[in-house]
Amino acid sequence: MDHFINLTLNGLASGATYAALALSLVIIYQATRLVNFAQPALALIAVYTAYTVTQLTGSYWIGFAAALTAGLVSGALVERFIIRPIARTSQLNAIIVTLGLLLVVQGLVGVVWGNEQHGFGYAFSYVGRFSPANVFALGSVGVVALLLFALYRFTPLGLRMRAAAFHPESARLSGVKVGLMLTAGWAIASFIGALAGMLAGPPFISPNVFDVVFVYGITAAVIGGLDNPFGAVLGGLFIGLGMSYVSGYAGPELATLAALAIVVVVLSVRPDGILSRPTARKV
Amino acid sequence: MSSPTRQRAERAATPANPSAAPSEGRWRSLPSPLRHLLLAALGLAAVTVLLFVTGDLTALRVAAVGYTMLAVAGLQLLVGGSGQVSLGHGAFMMIGAYTMALLVLYQPMFPLSVNMLIIVVVAVVAGIAVGAATARLHGPYLAGATLILAVGLPGLTHRYHDLLGGSNGINVRTAGAPPLLQGLVTDSEWKALVVWTVVVVGLAVLAVVSTGRLGRRMRAIRDDETAASMAGIPVGKTKVVAFVIASAAGGLAGGLQAYVLGTATPSTFTLALSLTLLAALVLGGIGSLWGALWASIAIVYLEIWTSDLAGSLGLSRDAENNLPVVFFGVVLILVMRFWPLGIHGALQRLALRIRPTKSR
Repeated sequence: MDHFINLTLNGLASGATYAALALSLVIIYQATRLVNFAQPALALIAVYTAYTVTQLTGSYWIGFAAALTAGLVSGALVERFIIRPIARTSQLNAIIVTLGLLLVVQGLVGVVWGNEQHGFGYAFSYVGRFSPANVFALGSVGVVALLLFALYRFTPLGLRMRAAAFHPESARLSGVKVGLMLTAGWAIASFIGALAGMLAGPPFISPNVFDVVFVYGITAAVIGGLDNPFGAVLGGLFIGLGMSYVSGYAGPELATLAALAIVVVVLSVRPDGILSRPTARKV
Repeated sequence: MSSPTRQRAERAATPANPSAAPSEGRWRSLPSPLRHLLLAALGLAAVTVLLFVTGDLTALRVAAVGYTMLAVAGLQLLVGGSGQVSLGHGAFMMIGAYTMALLVLYQPMFPLSVNMLIIVVVAVVAGIAVGAATARLHGPYLAGATLILAVGLPGLTHRYHDLLGGSNGINVRTAGAPPLLQGLVTDSEWKALVVWTVVVVGLAVLAVVSTGRLGRRMRAIRDDETAASMAGIPVGKTKVVAFVIASAAGGLAGGLQAYVLGTATPSTFTLALSLTLLAALVLGGIGSLWGALWASIAIVYLEIWTSDLAGSLGLSRDAENNLPVVFFGVVLILVMRFWPLGIHGALQRLALRIRPTKSR
C-alpha cells in the first residue's frame, strides 16, 4: 500500500510535467492545426539558457526567469520566421519543418554545450515522499493552467486569440490581427513548454533529454483530444499516473508500450480524444 | 490533407514514366507487373554496372541506399498513397532486423531467400496487428500512436535480454559471396547485389500495387475518406492493407540491413530513424517512387559528406558529431520552404521548363 501511495504521488508530479507539455501542444494545435514536433527543441533552448545563466549568476531563480523568457521569445520567433512562410503549403510539410527545426536545435545544442550530460538542479529539495520539488511541479503547472484559462476566457487578448484560431477569416474582417495572435499563441505555448522543460530537466540535461518526456506529452495531448486544453491537463495526469504504476509494478522498459496500449484503447473508443465533441461536416 | 499542393503533386506525379519513344504505345500495352519487372531488371543492371565501376569501398553505401530506399518506398505507399502519416516506420525495420539476426543465429541452415520470406511474414503479422489497432485513428492521432511505437519497441530488447541481447543487440556472421564467384566479386559487393535484387523486386511490387486498383482506392481515401466510403470503397480494410504492405517493405529493409551489417541493435532503431525516414520521404518528393530514391541517397550521403567536411575543417568532436544532423535539418527546412514538392517536384518543374512541349 505504501508503494502504491508513493507511485501515485510521483505519478501526479510527473503527470504535471506531461500536462504542461500537452497543454503547449494543444495551444499550438488549436492556433495553427499543427502538432509541434519542435516543442522539445524550444524547451531545450530554455533549459540550456537557464543552465548558462545559473552558472553565471549563481542563482537558480534568475536562470528560471531567463528560461521562461527564452521560451516566450523563441516561440514567437519560430512562428513568425519559420512556420508562417510554410503554413499555407500542406500539413505534412509543416510537420516536416518542425522536425527539421528539432534536428537543427538538438544538433546546435550539441555543438555549443556538447553531447554529454550536465548536472541541472531542482528548484527545491527532491528528497522524501511528495517532496517540495513535486509540490512545486504540481503547483506551478496548476497555476499556469488556471492563468491560461483566465486569459482565454476573460481577457480581450484571449478572445482575439480564440477568434483567430477558430475563424481566422471572420476574425480578420472584424479587425483582429490574426498573424499577431498566432505569434502570441506560439509564444504562450512555448512559455509553458519552457516551464515543463525546467520541471522535467533535472537532474541531468543533454540534447536528447526531452525525447521520452515529449512522447508522453504527445500521448497526453492525443488521449485528451488535441483540440481541448482541459483534456490535455487530464490526459497528462492520467499518463503520469499510468506510467508510474506500470514502471513500478511491471518494469520501466514497458512504460512506453503501455502508453501505446492506452492510446490505442482510448482512441479506438473515442477517435478524437476523451473530451472531444463530435463535429458535423459537409461533404 | 487535400490541399492545392497535394493536388499539384498528384498531377505532377502521374506522367512519371520517362519513356517517350515512339514505342510508347507498345510499352504501355504490356501488363503492369511485366512492365515493372522489366524496369526492375533494368535498375538491377544499372546498379551492377555502378558497383563494378566504383569498386568494393562504396559497395556498403550502395547497399545502404538500397535498403533505405525500400523502407522509404513502403512509407511512400502509406503516406503518399493512403495519406496515413506514420512516425513509427523504424519499428518495422527493427522487427525485420531482429528476425533476420535471430534466424541467422538459431537456424543457420536456412537459405537467405527463406529468411526473407519469413521476415515478410513476420512483418505482415506485425503490420496487421498495428494496422488493425490503429485503423480508426486519423491524422495527428495516428502520427502520435506510431511515434510511441517507435519509442517503445526498442525497450523490449531490455525486457527480453536473454533472447534479444539488451543494448548490445545481436551480432551474427552472414555468408558472403558464394564459392563459385569468389574471385569475381568481393563479399560486400555480393551483399550489395543481393540487397538490390530484393529491393528492385520489392519496388516493382510496390509500383504495381500503387498503379493498380488498390493504389487508386488508397488515393481516393487519402483525398476524401467520406466520399471514398460512399463510392463503395472499404475504407478500413484498404487502410489496413496499406499499413501491412508498408510494414512488409519496412521489415524487409530492416532484414537486409541486418544481413549487410551483421548486427541488430536497439540504438539503430531510434525515434530519430523513424523521423528521418518520413522527413526524407517528403524531402525526396511525395507521390512518386522516384522521390524514395532521392530520399535514400540524401539520407546516406548527406551524413557522410557533412561528417567528412566537418572532419576536414578540423572542428571539435562535438561539432563533428552534430553537424550532419544540423545540416539535414537545415536542408529539410529550406526544401520545404522553397520546393514544397520536394526534390522530385523540383526536378519535374525543371524538366518542364526545359521541354515545355512535354507538359501533358
